[in-house]
Amino acid sequence: MNLFLDTLFNGLAIGSVLVLAALGLAVVFGLMGVINMAHGELMMLGAYTTFVVQNLLKTGPLEGLFPIYILISIPLAFLVSGLAGLLLEATVIRRLYGRPLETLLATWGVSLILQQFVRSVSTAFALGLLLSVALGLFVHRFLPSHWWQQRWAPLLNFVNWLLASAIGIGLAASLGSVRVLDQAWFSARNIDVTAPQWLRGSIDIGSVNMPVARLFIIGLTIIALVSVNWFLQKSVWGIRIRAVTQNRSMSNCLGIPTETVDALTFLVGSGLAGVAGVAVTLLGSVGPNLGGNYIVDCFMVVVLGGVGKLLGTVLAALGIGVLSYVLGSGSLLLVWPTMPAALNELITFFATTSMAKVLVFALIVVFLQFRPAGLFPPRGRMVEV
Amino acid sequence: MNLVNTSMPRKLIFRYLPFLVFVCIALILPLLLPPFRLNLLGRFLSLGIVALGIDLIWGYTGLLSLGQGIFFALGGYALGMHLQLQNLAPGELPEFFGLYGVKTMPAFWQPFNSGIFTFFAIWIIPALVAGILGFLVFRNRIKGVYFSILTQAALLVFYNFFNGQQRLINGTNGLKTDTARFLGELVGSDGMQRNLYLLTVLVLFLAWLLCKWLIRGRFGDALIALRDDEQRLRFTGYNPTAYKTLVFVIAGALAGISGALYTVQSGIVSPQFMAVPFSIEMVIWVAVGGRGTLVGAILGALLINFAKSLISEQLPETWLFIQGALFLLVVTALPDGLVGWWRNGGPNHLLAMLGRAPKAATYPSLDLDPELKS
Repeated sequence: MNLFLDTLFNGLAIGSVLVLAALGLAVVFGLMGVINMAHGELMMLGAYTTFVVQNLLKTGPLEGLFPIYILISIPLAFLVSGLAGLLLEATVIRRLYGRPLETLLATWGVSLILQQFVRSVSTAFALGLLLSVALGLFVHRFLPSHWWQQRWAPLLNFVNWLLASAIGIGLAASLGSVRVLDQAWFSARNIDVTAPQWLRGSIDIGSVNMPVARLFIIGLTIIALVSVNWFLQKSVWGIRIRAVTQNRSMSNCLGIPTETVDALTFLVGSGLAGVAGVAVTLLGSVGPNLGGNYIVDCFMVVVLGGVGKLLGTVLAALGIGVLSYVLGSGSLLLVWPTMPAALNELITFFATTSMAKVLVFALIVVFLQFRPAGLFPPRGRMVEV
Repeated sequence: MNLVNTSMPRKLIFRYLPFLVFVCIALILPLLLPPFRLNLLGRFLSLGIVALGIDLIWGYTGLLSLGQGIFFALGGYALGMHLQLQNLAPGELPEFFGLYGVKTMPAFWQPFNSGIFTFFAIWIIPALVAGILGFLVFRNRIKGVYFSILTQAALLVFYNFFNGQQRLINGTNGLKTDTARFLGELVGSDGMQRNLYLLTVLVLFLAWLLCKWLIRGRFGDALIALRDDEQRLRFTGYNPTAYKTLVFVIAGALAGISGALYTVQSGIVSPQFMAVPFSIEMVIWVAVGGRGTLVGAILGALLINFAKSLISEQLPETWLFIQGALFLLVVTALPDGLVGWWRNGGPNHLLAMLGRAPKAATYPSLDLDPELKS
């Protein structure tokens, strides 16, 4: 019985992180059909936001708020990742609607840029970047307007951005010689977020040991799920989002601003990634590669759950979580010590975290043979899209 | 639309240009380049083979596989295992087994003793794996991004498996090949590497001919039809599953051969060949060169890898920025890649923008007016 509870709790703990991480992805993929490979990097931005908030509150005038810094960083991380997602949508994804494979590649490019960005961002770098963006955006105004009607306007635009980035890089390089400005903010090293006092330690229920941080994540997941569900089902904008999902042109005719709806959906999905990033910091140190560790798992959750309902995401994530824990910890051996030797050997073979992943994937592929569109397939005409 | 007059000799030159280029690469470059650069070029040319496979499945058939690394690495491992077993005394095991206390060789190593078996294993094993994976996926009409995600997950699974199995295939460390001997000569030696370079050029040329032949006939038409309208093809009486599986198998076999050639030229095969970013990188070679154009795939692989090796030598931190920007740029601004842009009259567009009107065959004012061309 204890073993059962222990397994269930640990499986839930793994699964709830997956739910949280995949929730934003499910919203974006399920509602917009957009594959966002940079989702993991948006999580990473959330994690780094937590780190920054922690460092700001550690000393200084706001020291009194330090015990609850994790609660403060949740909305902030939502905002940071959400805004980053909004920027991504407005600059890249908007151009690629209806071309999912291209979107996949483009967002992968964004994820590479974001990874290297947190590694090498320094004050000099940030100033250079700001300068180039400002030049690129505002030089237009100071050029004669009839230039932009010429046939070489696209070239002019290109040269404009090229020069702007060259000037920005030049500024960053020259400022880089100053020691203080050249210091990388985060560098490529992993960062550590120390959990506040009340999140450390654990609670014993029966003989099951439950770390408080894990319980906190489970709680956070439940809150996130309830609020997303409320948002999509009850709020005005949620209803608009669902309307656009069902029939874009009809919604447009009825006066729903579909572009705003797209942007909003992306904001919510990316913001949820930020919240997941906060949760991940409680599990150990995080680094620029954080995204890569989660992205494939998250996509498996979405594929297995199907894009019809959020419930599918939850069930799939919890199922994968429990199954990986059961297989990875080898607890089947404890339940059934007298199993045949061959089976025993097989289970021991798969009893590590990475090997459990191998088996879970095989099971998912087998499952997809029977339910190709996942647990909750989308209904109606969307199926063949 | 080709508006520029093409005279007969120019056509002939274009027709035989690829042959000429291949002959030049094979015969002249080995004389000019120092061994290190030649080896680098050989590696990139072998990567061109996997790019050809990706072009077949993505450029022509519209299946974006993010898991070609699986087949690439399997081919590499097959050859790596064979080389590990060379020049061992009877009953002796490859060195690394000693580190993990393995006394008897795992059974699946045995057949790799034979050169003939290995020769076939290099492309048949990846092809088989591709066939099984492809059949299971395509049978259920899983396509589009779902296919991409599943191949990526499969890649991660293989990566985990090879990384975790020290006792079977030396885990993270991989198998070294440059210290092994093949036909009595050190694989890492300059002479051997030169031969391998020539072999790579030859294989690449054959692979290119194969792909060219495949896309030319009805098979190629069926692939393009699959990409553009699968439903219609199905209702016309074709079986998309069979075509997709077949083309996926061919791409897998090409990837295996490419992996084997790459392994012997880089001196090691390791699970890093199956890392997730590397397989996506392969896709971007094809995208930059021009998907749907075979020459583009090879060119893209060469260009990007040369750029990568140059930039990584000089400014390692900037490579990821440049690569990321490349992904964005090629998707948004150059969807047909460099070769596609060239073939669709890109240079003429550029000249027209600068006010230098290109020569037109018929009515210049109509043909060249961007307003009239939709």
